[in-house]
Amino acid sequence: MSASTTQSGRGAARRRALTGRAIFAGPGLLYITLFMTIPVLLVLVYSFFQRGRFGGIVWEFTLENYVRAFEPVYLNVLSNSLVIAGTTTVLALVIGYPTAYAITRLPKRWRTVALVLVVLPFWTNFLIRTYAWIVLLNSEGPINSSLVDAGIISAPIGLLYTPGAVIVGLVYAYLPLVILPVYASIERLDRQLIEAASNLGASRVRAFFDVTLPLTLPGVMIGAIFVFVPSLGNFVVPELLGGGKTVMVGNLIRDQFLEARDWPFGAVLALFVISLLVILFAIQAAISRRINGTGKRYAAKQVTHA
Amino acid sequence: MRNLGWLRVPFIFTYAFLYIPIAVLVVMSFNASKSPFVWTGFSTQWYTALFNNELIRQGFINTMIVAVGATILATILGTLLAIGVSRYFRSAIVEAYSLAPAIIPDLVLAIGLLAFFALVGVTLSLFSVLLAHVVFGMAFVAAVVIARIGQTDSSLEEASRDLGAGVVTTFRKITLPSLAPAIIAGALLVFTLSLDEFVIAYFTNGPTTPTLPIVIYSMVRFGVTPEINALAALLLLVSFTIVISAQRITRLTDAV
Repeated sequence: MSASTTQSGRGAARRRALTGRAIFAGPGLLYITLFMTIPVLLVLVYSFFQRGRFGGIVWEFTLENYVRAFEPVYLNVLSNSLVIAGTTTVLALVIGYPTAYAITRLPKRWRTVALVLVVLPFWTNFLIRTYAWIVLLNSEGPINSSLVDAGIISAPIGLLYTPGAVIVGLVYAYLPLVILPVYASIERLDRQLIEAASNLGASRVRAFFDVTLPLTLPGVMIGAIFVFVPSLGNFVVPELLGGGKTVMVGNLIRDQFLEARDWPFGAVLALFVISLLVILFAIQAAISRRINGTGKRYAAKQVTHA
Repeated sequence: MRNLGWLRVPFIFTYAFLYIPIAVLVVMSFNASKSPFVWTGFSTQWYTALFNNELIRQGFINTMIVAVGATILATILGTLLAIGVSRYFRSAIVEAYSLAPAIIPDLVLAIGLLAFFALVGVTLSLFSVLLAHVVFGMAFVAAVVIARIGQTDSSLEEASRDLGAGVVTTFRKITLPSLAPAIIAGALLVFTLSLDEFVIAYFTNGPTTPTLPIVIYSMVRFGVTPEINALAALLLLVSFTIVISAQRITRLTDAV
């Protein structure tokens, strides 16, 4: 009898879980499937078909869109984008990592203030933030005029409409997205490990490169992905700060969808961005598994030696 | 600050880098000169010009329609989703799927939705932008609410159910009140995101109803005017106010 009671109890709990899932998560999951998953899969499907004359597609299978992506013109844009997005990522990490480190060393209540000040610009209008750099880098702008006034340069130099301006704009846009995950990973770090390293005679530099940096690598990777991928897909910054001279994948995709009306080819280019995102996340997951593994082995060793 | 050592250098650099461009815009919005670069004196004329600009006014109205609609829908769906995911699924995969719209590159989502709307025959308008903004908005609300649920314990809800309350009563009397701060913060964030969102709106909007960011984009593309400085200063003020309120309501940094 008791067995049947628990069974019916279990059955009720299970029914409640299923009802709960359907009522609460059902609508949201359905919405995401309809307005994100299906559209993204549609991009994948479109990449295998021929273009329609005025946008859209003709349902005839082809691999030509993929072949076309290997034409030198497009390969050039792809490699150029990788270089710009890569440089942006490295710069953002070089600035963001020590800043995140500094924030972890602030007193508790200042830490919150410092973090809010980091995220605040991220929540403001992206076009406005990019526009600010048009004003700053302009030949009549404050940077040029103060350099001239200081006698460093004799005449204004062309800062705007250069690849450098694009990189500055991208670092500016995504720096907060590096600092947050790196901060979180440094914060979680076991300080005793660093103390142990220095007690064993490691210099502070050595302790940083042998202990701190490897253990915070998962956070660094997340930060790098959050800068690298959106930089690749950004078409506003190359257009506004690069003056159309710097063409990135994002610009190509925008043009294929809105101007050339070659959706299948645009789809192939978008898949390039998505696959990079997936690959990078896979690498991140692998690194973070390995580091957790090391941590566990380390803990196990401590226990067995105790 | 004093015990930061050499770390003070990158620390100060970062905050200067983040805030100097914004400060320059705000200062220049009060410039009397027609040039947005050279300071000649104090004036509020660009704010007056802004309020008389019909394009900007229309863009603002369109943006508000989308932002209010998207916020309401995204808050309801996102809150329910967060509860469903953390209370009834407890699956890392379902949680990742729920938050995916916040991580997927906006351009990819934008072209996907453009293709999807064309395929199913949805006419591009403010309504299609609203549908699009709900997707990522919902993920942000869900993220904030899931973080909050992680901090509360579920024993009150269990007690309520053990005492015979149904799923709906428990939700109304116990779950909702304890999550209220997170839900409000999430709603504020979606509102700001929608207000400022450009890429997805640019792809999914109809030609006759530009939102404010689309108006700004076309203005900036054709040159720099002091009016944009004034608009920038106002938008910065709005975003800062909303985000700081959201942060005070709940610890925002936990969720991002």
